Formats: sequence, structure tokens, C-alpha cells
Amino acid sequence: MTGTPMPPANAQIFHDSPGDRAFQARWWTGRATVYALLILWAFICLFPIYWTLTTSFKTAPDVMKGHMLPWVDFFPAWLGWRSLGLSPDTWGNESTVRAEFLKRFSNSAIVSVTASVLAVALGSLAAYGLSRFSYKFAWMRNSDISFFFLSQLILPPVVLALPMLVLYKELALLDTRIGLILLYTLSVLPIVIWIMRDQFSSIPTELEEAALVDGLSIWGAFITIILPIALPGMVAAFILSLVLTWNEYFFAALLTSTHANTLPVMVASQTGSQGISWWSMAALSWAAILPLIVIGVVLERYIIKGMAAGAVK
Amino acid sequence: MSSSGDLLHVVTNDSISAGRKAFGRAITWGSAVCMVIMAACQLAQLLGWWDLGFENWRPTLYAYVMWAVCLCWGQVLQYGEHGKRTLFVLPAALFVISLTVFPLLFGLIIAFSDWNLSSPDGRQFNGLDNVRQMWVDPFYWNAMLNMVWYVLAILVEYAIAFGLALALNAEIRARKFFRVAFLLPLMLSPVAVSWMIGKSMLEPRFGPISRLGRALGWDNPSFFESPWIAKATIMLMDAWTFIPFMMIMILAGLQAIPKELNEAAKVDGANGWRAFWEVTFPMMLPVSITAILIRIIFKLKLADIVIAVTSGGPGGATDTVTSFIFREYRDRSNVGYGTLLAMVYLVVIILVMTLLMKLADRYARPRT
Repeated sequence: MTGTPMPPANAQIFHDSPGDRAFQARWWTGRATVYALLILWAFICLFPIYWTLTTSFKTAPDVMKGHMLPWVDFFPAWLGWRSLGLSPDTWGNESTVRAEFLKRFSNSAIVSVTASVLAVALGSLAAYGLSRFSYKFAWMRNSDISFFFLSQLILPPVVLALPMLVLYKELALLDTRIGLILLYTLSVLPIVIWIMRDQFSSIPTELEEAALVDGLSIWGAFITIILPIALPGMVAAFILSLVLTWNEYFFAALLTSTHANTLPVMVASQTGSQGISWWSMAALSWAAILPLIVIGVVLERYIIKGMAAGAVK
Repeated sequence: MSSSGDLLHVVTNDSISAGRKAFGRAITWGSAVCMVIMAACQLAQLLGWWDLGFENWRPTLYAYVMWAVCLCWGQVLQYGEHGKRTLFVLPAALFVISLTVFPLLFGLIIAFSDWNLSSPDGRQFNGLDNVRQMWVDPFYWNAMLNMVWYVLAILVEYAIAFGLALALNAEIRARKFFRVAFLLPLMLSPVAVSWMIGKSMLEPRFGPISRLGRALGWDNPSFFESPWIAKATIMLMDAWTFIPFMMIMILAGLQAIPKELNEAAKVDGANGWRAFWEVTFPMMLPVSITAILIRIIFKLKLADIVIAVTSGGPGGATDTVTSFIFREYRDRSNVGYGTLLAMVYLVVIILVMTLLMKLADRYARPRT
């Protein structure tokens, strides 16, 4: 074929001007960069989780050859979960490892839930009081009291750890759940107060005034009117506390030994001793992070809400 | 910050009988006296004056709790409605004071004594010996210097977090999926992360990242052998867990910027890059500063990953102050010296944070 080719019958007759087409091209490259960035980062975030999950189903040769895709590269085996006593075939049998794991798991659950509940209760009350009334304790006014609570955030755990260790030894609170609960409550209290203060100050005082006129007491108004409105904020604070306390390692490693060990301590103590038996470590790590992954996926809205509080005033 | 004066002003007509007031005062002071007597008895036993057969200090603890309860109750009895208001803040205040102020005072005593939990001598005051030891302890100062590097790494984290927040804030599909995916690293326990990434993915022979490194031409990938690479690896792992935190705060800030501002900038002819530097970035300055300050606070507590992955090695290159003190206690049971190091760290942190907040206040104020 030579000469100018004939345009096909259904060719487009009207075209965008070259300037507009350049704009479109820029728009599309912009789009592509944004999505490439997002997908790359999502991969970076999710790959370690995926890797751990698949490793827990691998056998030694699979680990060494670096197989990645189940059923394509390697055939999943229950190796890692069997060593924890959590695979289907060991489910009915006695297993000391499983008993140990469940004990640590329940310790973690009890400690983190109790500490978070306590922190949300104490913190909400304090935040409400500080957002509504003016106090004067000795020389401290409201802003001083607020600062006192929030300044606990910069207190590094290591400063409290050793005095607490000695103190707990004298009080026979070492290696007890109560001891851990108290410290965890303390460590998340400033965050709870921060979130809740923000929450309460966004609720108009007219609501309580109306309730007081209708004959409720201050506490009655707080419990029946304000709490239900502030509930989303409280859930956010609770979830955030739960995440922080579930993952806490430093205090747990120092203050517990056999009875009140939490899951992170168990994971950390196994890292050294297990050596190269990756599948069982992977299963253990995965089991330790699973509850939080579930919480993260289901309650993501609240976590973001909690962390965004205070960022925007 | 809360304003002064009652936001919720209530006029109450309290008629509190003299008897009720007296009772309130009686239980407050009565329980206080109980506590003092109890503490005195236990102290007497400790000093060997009078053996009462206490096994531990629990009785004093119970007396303290009783006093705290009576104090709260007494407030209501004595001051009526005003007492009930105090009741909102008092429990939290008592809780925090008893769990921080006591241990800190107690810690000051420990800090100036020679106390090794494994030695039978018990605690002995040794004045400023610990300070002198600290002054010539190269590992402690090395750990302090490392903290400076770790804190400086926050600037890079901030840049990445800002970029991700901008991408999330754009008109995209599947935003919820990306938000959840980006949030997940924050939810994972640092100890599990240090195994998942530090021990398995970075394992020199079989780890996927080492394989990737080898495929890209790095002959012998090892992440914890040379000091700077080890430090960078720890920084990356910590960044991986905490970037979502900054990202969410920045995202919240971005969403609070009114759309009109960007549209106005566009009408005035600012292209994307200029609009970002002259509209978005200045608007985001207060949020950015809050996010960075909070991130610094969290960074200064960094320990879990270091303890679990490198335990400070190679040669202290990855040590943080917290992990150093942790090993000082774990390996040598040296409570006295460790506490002094922690106290010095606290003082340094308070000075640095105050300075940073002052600076932030100064530079962020005029533009908001």
C-alpha cells in the first residue's frame, strides 16, 4: 500500500485540540503515578503479613528455596500450626505448647481489655470534668491539670520501670496481672484524655443545661445525655488503648516471669530458642497479630477517628 | 485548651448539715491517720524495731486505697454539688499521682545508690558515684547519639507519610481498601514485626528481601553486620510500623482544608506544585508539627524492636537508651545505675521537648 491511507469509515471526525490532549495525557500519568504509589505501598504493608502466613504452612525445603505461592510453588502443610498444637489433627490431643499459648493469649486479652476499660472510664470522667468545670487544686488550674495529664505522654517507660520493679516486689505485685493492668492503664491514660477532651468539647453545653433544667443532676446528665453522644469517641479511645496495650512488651518483659506473661513476651522468648524452625515462629507470630488484624479491618473507622482527634482543632 | 471559668455554670442550693460535714472530714482524716499508722508499723518492722509479721507492703497499699476512696467520698459529703464535680477529675488525678509521682521520688533515691539486685548487700547510698560512672560510660553516650539519628529519621518518615496522605486524599477508587492496608502495620505488635521482618524476611540466606538484594546485584546481603546498615534497617522497620500514624494525622488535616482554597489557587493560575507549596503545605503546618512532636515522643520510647532483633549490636550501633538500660538491668541486675541513666534521660527528654514545643509555638503561631 502506498500513498495516504484512506481513513476508515467510522473514524472520529472531531478531535480534541492538541492542548487538551496534552492535558488529558498529563491527567492520565498523574492518575497512574498515584495508583502506582498506592499499590506499591499497599504491597509493602501487606507483604510481611502474607509472608508470615504462608511461612507458617511451609516445610523446611520450601523455606530454603524461597517458595512464595501456595499450591503453585509448594503444597501447604500444617507443620507450624501442629507445633503450636493448633492444627486440625492435633486439636483433640493434649498439647503443652497449646496450653502455654492459650494461657499467654488469655493473659494478654484480660490485661489489655481491663486496662483499656479502666483507662477509658477514668480518662472520660477527667476529660469531661476538665471540659466543663473550672477547678483549683492548690495552685493548679484547669490548664495546669490538663497539662499534667498530657505530660505523662512524654514520660518514657524506662524511667518508671525500675522503681516499679522494686516497688512491685515489696507489694507482691510482681508477675501479677493486676500490676500490669495498673501500669498499662497509666500508659494509655494521657491518650484517652486527649481524645475524649476533644470529643466532649465538641458537644454543646446547652444539652446539659436543658437536662439540668429538667431536674437531672450533673452526674445524671453526664450519664444519660452526654455519654451516649460521646460513645463513638469512647470506642475510638478504647480501640486505640487496646492496640497499644496488647502490643506492649517492655513492662511485660520486666515485670512478669511465669504467671502473667503476655503474648509479646512469649513471641520474643521463642525468637532466640527456636532458631531456624521458621514455620512454628511464623505460626506463633501470626496468631499473636491475628486479633489486631481483625480489629484493624473491622473497626478501621474508629481507629482513624481516634488518631485524627486533636490533629485538627 | 480549656477556658477558665465554668462552661457549665450551675447554681445549686446545697444545704449540708453540720453533722454531714463533720462526718466527711472525719472519714477523710481518719483514713489518712490509718494509713500513716499502717505505714509507720511497717517501717518499724523494716528497721527491725518491732516485728509484726508482715510479709510485704500490701497492708499499706490497702490502707492507701481506702484513704483514696474515703477522700473522694468525703469530698461529696463536705461540699455537696461542688464535691461531685471534683469527683470527675479526682480519681484520675489520684491514680496518676500515685503511679508516677511515688515511683519517681522513689526512683530518685534508687538513682543515687549502689543497688544490685543479685548482690546480698542490698541498697547502699553512694552519692554521685553513679553520675561519675555514667559520665565515662561510652555506651550510654553512644545510645544517646543513636537517639539523635533515630529522631532525625522522622523527617524522612514525615515526607513519605505526607506523600501517602496526599495520594489517599486524591480522587481514587477502593479508598477503604488502601486505608485499611496502610493502617495494618500500626496494629501489629513490634515484637512480632521484629520476627516477621527482622528475623525472617531479612535473614541473609533465605529471606525474601535478601533474595531481592542478591537479584539486584548485592553480593552478600547482610542487614545487621555493619553499623550504619544495621541502624538504617532498624529505622526502616520502625518507620514501617509508625508511618501510618503520621499518615492518618496528616490525612485528617488535609480533609479539613476547605476545597475552595485549592480552587481559588487554581483560578489564580497556580499549578499543582505551586499550589502545594503555597496553599496546602502552609495550611498543614500546625497539624504537621503536632504529628511530628507526637512521633518524636513515641520514637524516644523505641526499644522493643531493638531488644528483639539486634539487642543493641553490632557494637552498640543500634542501641537506644531504653534498650541499653533494659540490658543493664537484665544482664547485670544493676538497678541503681540503670535508674540513674533513666532519670538523666528523662531530664534530657523534658528539656528537648520543651525547647521543641517553644520553637514550634513560635514558628507555627503567626500563620494560623
